Amino acid sequence: MKFRAWLAIIAGILPLALIAIVAFLAIYSWPAMHFNGFGFVTRDTWRLGNLYANPVMMHGTEAPRGATYGILFLIVGTLLSTAIALLIALPLGVGAAIFLAEVVPDALRTWISFFVELLMAIPSVVFGLWGYVVVIPFLGQHLYPVLAHTVGRVIPLFGEPSGSGYGLLTAGVVLSLMIVPIIAATLRDALVSQPSSLREAALGLGATRFEALWKVMLPGTRKTLIGATFLALGRALGETMAVLMVSGNALNILPHRIYDPISTMAAFIVSQLDSALQDPTGLAVRSLAEIAFVLAIISIIVNALARLLLLVWNSNQRSVMV
Amino acid sequence: MNAIAAAPRQIRLSRRIVSITGWALSGLCLAVLSVLMVWILSVVFVRGVGALNFKVLTTITQGSGGGLLNAIEGTLVLSGGALLLAVPFGVAAGIYSAEYRFTSWAITIRFLADVLVGVPSIVIGYFGYVALVQWLGWNFSLAAGAISLAIISLPYICRTTELALRQVSNDLRDAAYSLGANERRVIFGVCVPAALPAILTGVLLALAVSVGETAPLLYTAGWSNFMWNGHLTHSPIAYLTYAIWTFINEPFASANALAYAAALLVTGFVLIINILARFVLERRRIRR
Repeated sequence: MKFRAWLAIIAGILPLALIAIVAFLAIYSWPAMHFNGFGFVTRDTWRLGNLYANPVMMHGTEAPRGATYGILFLIVGTLLSTAIALLIALPLGVGAAIFLAEVVPDALRTWISFFVELLMAIPSVVFGLWGYVVVIPFLGQHLYPVLAHTVGRVIPLFGEPSGSGYGLLTAGVVLSLMIVPIIAATLRDALVSQPSSLREAALGLGATRFEALWKVMLPGTRKTLIGATFLALGRALGETMAVLMVSGNALNILPHRIYDPISTMAAFIVSQLDSALQDPTGLAVRSLAEIAFVLAIISIIVNALARLLLLVWNSNQRSVMV
Repeated sequence: MNAIAAAPRQIRLSRRIVSITGWALSGLCLAVLSVLMVWILSVVFVRGVGALNFKVLTTITQGSGGGLLNAIEGTLVLSGGALLLAVPFGVAAGIYSAEYRFTSWAITIRFLADVLVGVPSIVIGYFGYVALVQWLGWNFSLAAGAISLAIISLPYICRTTELALRQVSNDLRDAAYSLGANERRVIFGVCVPAALPAILTGVLLALAVSVGETAPLLYTAGWSNFMWNGHLTHSPIAYLTYAIWTFINEPFASANALAYAAALLVTGFVLIINILARFVLERRRIRR
């Protein structure tokens, strides 16, 4: 019994770490939360104020004159880039999973799946490097001008100017590649573990193989797909380095076209800490901590939801390790 | 027999077109993914090999040139330190959530490990900055960086240990208990040794993750142009992913070359570990 108690205590470091992260960020950003109020998420201006004048007292907190901290443009950037990433990754991941599960022979499936899922292992900063060096020149100089010229004439969202290549769409494309293996791997496992009697029944009723898959097998994995999409969503929301290197790091601007520069909450923390440190009152650093706190809460909710869905819906299937 | 053979011909043309298009599109998706994977790898490997040479591996960074020896050493020390910290706690958490899997504490740990995996690494990095760099006053340092990385590795190690132990047959546990072994003997004498290859694979995968991390280190480890001076706190330390991020943005060819070389080293290391891990796990699966 004593051994078990010790093990339980040592194991407790893991929950403790999660609690410590949330608690420290909350306590540290408390003055900023007080100063910013709810307007933090509804204002779209992040201004450090006059760092060389004497700080003034506002709302009971010492702040640089004219300082405003609003992250609406970051929330919009995060949500839009994540949405684009999901729009690209979902069909791509579902298609790849279908082909892997239904067409690729068993002997090859393990290794082809492994090769594609290696995408998950590639570090974020390497995706960023690839995006920065290859994808941005390619998209910015070749694809986007064409896109603006053709699709842009019909849909203003895609209209000119097509920009330099840094921006919302590029960030979404790079992000989609980082999350597509999560969707493909989870869905492939779910498809393979569907009972084959389902397919046989559908074929017996006269369905083609594709109809059996599309109308019988795939709907059976819907819940797994939703869970995997939540996991992918969580990853895309918090992705930092790759977005930082391809998004154009916009400040205080809301994107109007799909090529416009954006920034996300995660990337903004990295790109702004150096200048925030110039603030003698420390309020800017605390406001960045507030962003980290908001991001932590969002990702905890999204991931908890995803795990709960996967846990409740298919408790008998292989647990998902991502 | 005739009726069965004739059946496919009764399928309407439109249904057949839909089927063929569906398979073709799904194949296209897989092809696109594979091509992109090859594209990324070839960019990293072609440019990286062109930039990698003996000098890069043996000298330290000077301004925007020189080598990466300080960063290589820093990455090894940071990730090694993170493993030293994370393995005991992660393995203990994994053992607890596998061996006592129906207790509410085990369910809690398992669930929170899954949640912690999803917490963005920059959030953990900022926590490290607030708690370790500022509050404890360690400044940019090995200790702050390694602890941040350890928190990131913790859930990976916990979950892989747990999955590894779940693969151990209950007959083995029953046999050990019936021979009079106590809980500690059964776990550390029988179950953990049986699951050891899979546990070590998980630890290696966690190492690969921490070698590839950037965001949690930017504001905990800092950067240094020199070799690690042996101090745990108050002195910044170099690491490879920082070199990728910073040097690719500089206008000098020498700096860009260092970024490519660093990308090759990091990606190569991560891929080798993942491939090794896959072989180990695959062989065990087949043997079973």
